[in-house]
Amino acid sequence: MDYQTVTLLSQYTALALFIGLFVAVLIYALRPSNRKYFDHAAKIPLEDDPDEHISRKI
Amino acid sequence: MANSLALAGAAICAALGLVLIVATEDKVMAFHATLLLLSALIAGWAVIRRRDDADLRDQTKYFDGPIKVATIAAVFWGIAGFLVGDVIAWQLAFPVLNFDLPWTNFGRLRPLHTSAVIFAFGGNVLLATSFYCVQRTSRARLAGVWSPWFVVWGFQLFVVLAATGYLLGVTQGKEYAEPEWYVDIWLTIVWVAYLLVFLGTLMKRREPHIYVANWFFLAFIVTVAMLHLVNNMTLPVSWTGTRSYIIYSGVQDAMTQWWYGHNAVGFFLTAGFLGIMYYFIPKRVERPVYSYRLSIVHFWSLIFLYIWAGPHHLHYTALPDWAQTLGATFSIMLWMPSWGGMINGLMTLSGAWDRLRTDPVVRLLVVSVAFYGMSTFEGPLMSVKAVNSLSHYTDWTIGHVHSGALGWVGMVSFGAIYCLVPWLWNRKGMYSLKLIEWHFWIATIGILLYITSMWVGGIVQGLMWRAYDALGFLQYSFAETVEALHIPYLIRATGGLLFVIGSFIMAYNVWRTVRGDALVDEEDQPSSAAAPGLDTGPQPVAAE
Repeated sequence: MDYQTVTLLSQYTALALFIGLFVAVLIYALRPSNRKYFDHAAKIPLEDDPDEHISRKI
Repeated sequence: MANSLALAGAAICAALGLVLIVATEDKVMAFHATLLLLSALIAGWAVIRRRDDADLRDQTKYFDGPIKVATIAAVFWGIAGFLVGDVIAWQLAFPVLNFDLPWTNFGRLRPLHTSAVIFAFGGNVLLATSFYCVQRTSRARLAGVWSPWFVVWGFQLFVVLAATGYLLGVTQGKEYAEPEWYVDIWLTIVWVAYLLVFLGTLMKRREPHIYVANWFFLAFIVTVAMLHLVNNMTLPVSWTGTRSYIIYSGVQDAMTQWWYGHNAVGFFLTAGFLGIMYYFIPKRVERPVYSYRLSIVHFWSLIFLYIWAGPHHLHYTALPDWAQTLGATFSIMLWMPSWGGMINGLMTLSGAWDRLRTDPVVRLLVVSVAFYGMSTFEGPLMSVKAVNSLSHYTDWTIGHVHSGALGWVGMVSFGAIYCLVPWLWNRKGMYSLKLIEWHFWIATIGILLYITSMWVGGIVQGLMWRAYDALGFLQYSFAETVEALHIPYLIRATGGLLFVIGSFIMAYNVWRTVRGDALVDEEDQPSSAAAPGLDTGPQPVAAE
């Protein structure tokens, strides 16, 4: 393999990898079944009231 | 176990300091070794004095002592850094203010200013907020007994070593990475400890999900470690001397430097402070972040794009053309995550916009996000090669940096400090909301004077530099462009002065709050200003 082939190959691999990762992130973020989980996650900073989280089940 | 480890560390540092004092012929090295020895002795004494302190190991309480130190340090270094910045702004308008002394020369004070504001002020804000946020959102005490203390005090030693080094003429001459090799090694040790404390806290979290702010903080810690190591690959001339040489040469060195430099902006000044935005805005306005899904997309796209944008600092240089185009392209793509994040921060206030009118802390936080939007619009614009040919090397760049640094990083830090101080010292709010109001307006007017004068001045410079006469000669000499900038420099220095005055107001307010003085406008304070669980006493974390 010469230099040209190697650069071409690495560029296409990186392109596919990055787009693949981005699509995976989008799927993870937008999946309807994750909605409840994210709704809970968004409230984490607001729920550190001491009395509440002592009794909270985890 | 923890005690003996801490003592062993202190003993090694003390021994190293002692050996260097004896072995070195370099006066600055001897001075720095003395500082190391003294710090190690104080640290050892502190460990022995508190060896049986049960509070240090009480897993039912949050570990806030180091956070308090970092918060006060942030206020202190902030004032110092802003002040030096304004001094050099006046020096540019009136060169006589260099005083013809090596220690007060612009060339030494400028890195002192940049390091003080970015690393000393910004770094301490990040230490304080990240340690606060990771404990609360993980519902776990910071990992380690002495290591969080080591991280905070070790970082202050780094700041002192770096700053005194610059003043005494010790620098490796790499922008934003000026500290010499031995200071770099010290920072590496501190930073690894920081990473381990942060990871250790996440590992023992009682909340299954890692909140998005912690993702940003973690990306900041990991990436800064990587940048710091790669960009500081230097060979010391001698193990007992301060001087070292970088292993890269020519364009490779330049590329590595700006890969580092731009990602210091991207991960130190952006990712870390976005962590602050994602924790402190929801806390202060008592609403969850606008879209948690957007925050996930924001995080991953931001960190994957930022790392490639560095080459836009080297347009029209010996850097290969494709690398320049790549840098510009990724910079433009950064518009998307930047603005997505900005929208997410701003829209968190939807339904609570009245807080903008009644709470100056919310105003600081929101205006900071607005400045984030502005400077992340301007940055990609300036990375376009055609625009860059006008803007590069001019004061437009300085204006751009300060709209990000003063507007975004500064204002979000002030907002976070005003939240943190009452929460940490168990108060019902800051001593005076009115003074926060004053700080907000004075600082905002200062920033506006700064960036508008630098826009005008920078474009004037750029146009004068590229003006040719009918015969094809340059129309202006360089000195003429310096003269043309005198008035913009005066306006800039005045804006900077206002920003400094604002930080003094903050320091006074923080001091009165920490002292425990009665609040002057308690009835105006929002409930989120008070320390959590104030009525129920100090807040414990549930035991396992």
